[in-house]
Amino acid sequence: MVVLPRPLAGRGLLLLQQAPNRRVGWMRVLAACLAGIAATGLFILFIDAVSIRHMFTHASPALVAYMTMGQEAPAAGLGLFAVAALAAGAVGAGLALMPAYWRNTIFMAVLLVVGMALLSELISQVLRQILNGRPDRLLFSQGALRPAVAAIAAAAVFAWRGLVPRIRLRVRDRLPQLEPERQRQVSLAVRGAGVLLLLVLPWLVGSYLSEVLANVGLYLLMALGLNIAVGLAGLFDLGYVTNFAVGAYLMGVLTNSGPQATGEFNFWLVLPVSILAAMFTGLLLALPVIRMRGDYLAIATMGFGEIIRLLALSDWLSPLIGGSQGILFIPKPNIGAFTFQTPQHLFYIILAASLVMLVVINRLDLSLTGRRWMAIRDDETVANAIGIDTTWIKTLAFTLSAASGGLAGAIFASKLGTIFPHSFSLLISMNVLCIIIVGGMGSIRGMVLGTLVLIGVPELLREFAEFRFLLYGILLMAVAIYRPGGLMPARARHYRTEPAPQPAGGTPATSSSAASG
Amino acid sequence: MPDRSRFPIDDKPGPVTAANPSRVATLVHRLALDRMSWVDVVLLLIRIGFISAVVIGSTRTFMEGRFSAAQWGTLIAAGVAQGSIYSLIALGYTLVYGILRLINFAHGDVFMFGAFCTVFLAIWTSQQGILERAPAITVLSWILFAALISMSIAVLVERLAYKPLRNKPRLVMLISAIGASFFLQYTARGFFSTAFRSYPTVPGLDGRLELGQIAVPHVQITVFAVALALMAGLYILVEKTRIGRAMRAVSENMETARLMGVNIERVIMFTFGIGGALAGAAGVINGLYKPQGVSFIMGFFPGVKAFTAAVLGGIGSVPGALIGGLLLGIFEALGPNLVLTGLGIPGSNQLKDVIAFLMLVLILIFRPQGIMGEAIKEEKA
Repeated sequence: MVVLPRPLAGRGLLLLQQAPNRRVGWMRVLAACLAGIAATGLFILFIDAVSIRHMFTHASPALVAYMTMGQEAPAAGLGLFAVAALAAGAVGAGLALMPAYWRNTIFMAVLLVVGMALLSELISQVLRQILNGRPDRLLFSQGALRPAVAAIAAAAVFAWRGLVPRIRLRVRDRLPQLEPERQRQVSLAVRGAGVLLLLVLPWLVGSYLSEVLANVGLYLLMALGLNIAVGLAGLFDLGYVTNFAVGAYLMGVLTNSGPQATGEFNFWLVLPVSILAAMFTGLLLALPVIRMRGDYLAIATMGFGEIIRLLALSDWLSPLIGGSQGILFIPKPNIGAFTFQTPQHLFYIILAASLVMLVVINRLDLSLTGRRWMAIRDDETVANAIGIDTTWIKTLAFTLSAASGGLAGAIFASKLGTIFPHSFSLLISMNVLCIIIVGGMGSIRGMVLGTLVLIGVPELLREFAEFRFLLYGILLMAVAIYRPGGLMPARARHYRTEPAPQPAGGTPATSSSAASG
Repeated sequence: MPDRSRFPIDDKPGPVTAANPSRVATLVHRLALDRMSWVDVVLLLIRIGFISAVVIGSTRTFMEGRFSAAQWGTLIAAGVAQGSIYSLIALGYTLVYGILRLINFAHGDVFMFGAFCTVFLAIWTSQQGILERAPAITVLSWILFAALISMSIAVLVERLAYKPLRNKPRLVMLISAIGASFFLQYTARGFFSTAFRSYPTVPGLDGRLELGQIAVPHVQITVFAVALALMAGLYILVEKTRIGRAMRAVSENMETARLMGVNIERVIMFTFGIGGALAGAAGVINGLYKPQGVSFIMGFFPGVKAFTAAVLGGIGSVPGALIGGLLLGIFEALGPNLVLTGLGIPGSNQLKDVIAFLMLVLILIFRPQGIMGEAIKEEKA
């Protein structure tokens, strides 16, 4: 319903612009609208008259009822539908003609209200977690958003849009005027507040959302790792699930107390071993493919990913790793007598791991190795010619990127308590790759945004879970065509070519090298 | 590879001097071992490892005499039938790669879409009794219908996902291709749900043909014959017609072809269409051959395997796709029983797909130009 008029409106504008004069233009718009409505109407009449449900499972009487707005006679419903479509089209056209500032503001307000309505259950749950009584009654009545609340939310968006740019301007004006010492204090304070917020977050949002956050964290870990290979070094790895699987299976085999028990080691003992094992696998698999470029590398690594899954599934290795039965009874991590039992507890482990990885990746990004990776990404032949040992540097990228995957896998196994081969399908690699591409290759902020959007949001909107990968597909194509840099592209860095003037007593500037700038 | 002539190899060993330290050093130099990096060593070890595994595995299987000659024959026949399906899909990869240097990741799903849409037609014709009355013509109509559907889907994918990215880096096109693949899969899921649906049994295809001791099912022969006929048609199209000449010209050199007045966009669209049509036909004969039916994820494995076949035969080469597909089908049928059983690996038939993927990786590592193909140009991706 809502989806339909938007393209209609867009098409209308296009027709208007292309038309020789206004009157012909409007005639064409009207004709196009009528044609669209007639086609939809015919489709509805068709699925009302002829049942094609055995083929198209969604073309059900429910869809007909929905699209004719519950009217008994299809014709009356169709009339309503046509009016609604025209109205929506007019609103869409009006929006398109509006100045960008107001359009965006209205769009944000609508998004907030629709989001609140969709997530009503979740918001109520969180509110009940924080406050006593039934605070959610203030916002929702019988699961629906109260109109007054919707109006307040929309008004809040308008106020926010008015205020934020001013605050931001003032901060931007004043911050550089402060002394460096003060600046550092401010940035430390901001970061501290952020970490503090993250620390109390699981207790604010409750168990279900913590679970979602934990999943987001695991994917963030993998995205950060794969970002080394794909984003920094430009090595298109479609088999990242391999590292995840190695980490998870090692953790599972070494700690479980089920049929595959080998020693029931402690989580903290096995964690570094899993990471090392993943790195070793990464190294082993990198060696044969190190000379491949571009799409062939992608296909070969995808082959590795599938081989690992099929081996995990096979009877051949099942005495060791359980085959299709999987590994059961993997204990939760513990420190002394304290066990990380609930999603809230586990969130802290994942948070700690993510923060460590964020710091590591950030340092790598700035390091000489990081710049060598980027040089290889931008042009391997040139990188080789200016004396970068491309073989070694690429192997390093694969190995380091595997570490994070192994870490994520190990935590995953312990968090779930059981692992099965079907958890390690190609879809994992694809999800992580989508995060990187949609978020922005090589951009750490992009990874965080991408994980929240692609993993967090679909977990919250369970009703739409079926369309998750459809959305991924559209997003991938759209990003490739319209924003090849991703939603938050990596900031281009500029390295000075002449030595920077040395401030008295300061450390030598790290930006003076021109090796790969 | 360094230019050999600039490192003249002294054929006469000569006396052991400071300039010419020892015979071992000369030998090392002559075998180019001193220019070998550690990656070469690893690759060599992998090569030796796999060759010895295959040799040891197959000799042990033969020594034990586990299977009779007739059983091997049956396996090979099944492999040929399966392989000819791979060949048909592989042609789509090879044609597109030849022109755009793009791995059309969505091709497996184009195959799926054709097979899936046609299964409803097939079920309907079976219910109406049309299939009973004229099996050959009905099956032919299925193939035509599937070819038409897949052709439209392939052209649509080209229009929406690849055309806006012409002359962009190949990896961006690959991303778009992966997106298109997801999109097709989950559109099919949204339309047709997750259920498996089977093609009806065609009368006359359930028998077997006795060739000496080997009994070959009719369906295998049909699959092979249809695939061969389609490929012959494609060969004539590419070699003898005007548009085929344009296709060859564009794959040779796009810019020159454009200057010679070839309509590039039309050729690209035509290529996607032909590849899609072949994939759709492959979808129907795959449905006849595989009783477990079609589902929305069925495109992935045949897609990857057909790509393997295309690379094995030499990507960009039409006869290469035929040879590659048949070889892959035969290897996949023989591999588990011949090699893995000999190595004492239980449940070796579960690892059939591992063999296919292993072959994919090994070919990409050791012979990316395949059997028929020319060496891949070191273009930057």
